[in-house]
Amino acid sequence: MSAMLEIENLSVHLDGPDGRRLVDDVSFDLADGQRLGVIGESGSGKSLTALAVLGLLGHPLSASGSIRLSLGDGDTVDTVSAPGRRLDGVRGRTVGAVFQEPLASLDPLMRIGAQLAWPLRRHRGFRADALRRAVLDALAEVQLPEPERIARSLIHEVSGGQRQRVAIALALAAEPRLLIADEPTTALDVTVQAGVLELLQAAVENRGMSLVFISHDLPVVAGIADRVVVMRGGRVVEIGDTRRILTAPREEYTRTLVGASRALDDLLPARPAGSDGPTSGGTE
Amino acid sequence: MSVTVLTEAERNPRSRDTRSRRPRRRTSVNLLVGGVLFGIIAVVAILSLVALPFEPSDTTGGRLQPPSPEHWAGTDRLGRDLFTQLMIGARLAMLTGVGAVAIAAVLGVLVGLVAAMAGRWIDDALSSLLDIAIAFPTLLLAMLVVAWRGASLESAILAIGLAGSAVIARLTRVTATRVLAQDFVTASRTSGTGTLRLIRLHVLPNVWPTLIVPLALQFGGAVVAEASLSYVGLGSPPPNASWGRMLQEAQSTVLVAPTAAILPGLLLVATIIGINLLADGLRDVADPTGRTLR
Repeated sequence: MSAMLEIENLSVHLDGPDGRRLVDDVSFDLADGQRLGVIGESGSGKSLTALAVLGLLGHPLSASGSIRLSLGDGDTVDTVSAPGRRLDGVRGRTVGAVFQEPLASLDPLMRIGAQLAWPLRRHRGFRADALRRAVLDALAEVQLPEPERIARSLIHEVSGGQRQRVAIALALAAEPRLLIADEPTTALDVTVQAGVLELLQAAVENRGMSLVFISHDLPVVAGIADRVVVMRGGRVVEIGDTRRILTAPREEYTRTLVGASRALDDLLPARPAGSDGPTSGGTE
Repeated sequence: MSVTVLTEAERNPRSRDTRSRRPRRRTSVNLLVGGVLFGIIAVVAILSLVALPFEPSDTTGGRLQPPSPEHWAGTDRLGRDLFTQLMIGARLAMLTGVGAVAIAAVLGVLVGLVAAMAGRWIDDALSSLLDIAIAFPTLLLAMLVVAWRGASLESAILAIGLAGSAVIARLTRVTATRVLAQDFVTASRTSGTGTLRLIRLHVLPNVWPTLIVPLALQFGGAVVAEASLSYVGLGSPPPNASWGRMLQEAQSTVLVAPTAAILPGLLLVATIIGINLLADGLRDVADPTGRTLR
């Protein structure tokens, strides 16, 4: 099995004289088709690591080390050192991303259909009628009801769970080989969360994609990832198979995390089996 | 609890109804009144290109005549038809407004986008330059341009446009910076959108609603500035009758023939009120979410 993503000695620091390090000497890798969970508290550097993989760290942040993304044809690109124009071609086709806040991650003034059309056009060459059908198919694939109506809507006109489904459709549109999901369910209702997670899981399985799933919620990560990276204060605390991390954590911090979520689980009779029905609000 | 509900319902039984309708109604009134006022001036300006009731230099009308069926607005002290001059004035006002706003919009958006996208020292340098440019009074800048290029309508338009572009540039820079920091820009770049495409797809449409109202206000400001320049003799030279120069010429005879002073003033006011109302209405149309990034 070849590597999809290899991160070696990645550091992210603030530009300027003091140059504080926000991500410090992080290394991990991800095999083709594997699902990796990245877990850590706020400020642990997990989102910055994701942005670095996407090559989207702008001023005042810069990265050092190397991040090798496999392009699928045996070639790799280093997103730390590659020039921006080269990365424009890589993003979308090789790597796509879903972010935490779906309302913010879609343009408020552009119809959903038009936003979806652009990556389908650029990366997959659809035009005219075929493009229209591809947009509707993309919306149907993320199990949105009435794709026609959603395509004509602005993002504030659909519900929270539907927004995140649109964002996922957008990330999947260019058929990336690696999907980075940065806290994709954190901003959603618990009942909606389960549906979105199921959808992500199905998409990853059907397309044979690799997945980096970032979250601070251990049970969610455990449900979706084969392997888990635990981060804290910009460093990697522990890496291991999900089962091993859950049952036999080696580091003190990991043990606290596992203990905390187990304590919570014990309090609850069972996790609510949620479904992602059409929620009210916003559609008036 | 129930008492409160009751009195509220009694005092204002249709409060819910009016609250939900009011924004829409106000929008359409603004658009309508502004559009009609502005439209009349614009039509008059266009008509002046097609046909004028009299030659601008025709002095056969008798001096300082009051309005009559032949001379709708009377004549000035040289016997020229005032209605003809008002029509030419409308044309010059429109030309000034369109020209100055076009210069301000193109130059301002360009500079603002460069500052926002480039960041770092380029942004700092441009921002300092803009601060200086904004601190400079429009009319003073206009006089400098007139001194450099001679008094003409083009000089006035150029000067007013340049002064306006600084404000538009700073506004564009601030708004674009805010748009660029949004997640949807990151998401769009994640799907491989290049810089130019990013500007066209996301930055310009999201900056535009913020610029409409200031640009429209600048249209009004430009008309006033041109009138002021003409009033002190630095606008378009005779025989082109700008409203500003008509005001200045009518000043000495205002007690004998007040219409010559009142009419250009009224038209100035109508133009500016029209464009401002139009701008207000347009903003609501351009931003369907009703929450422009401000």
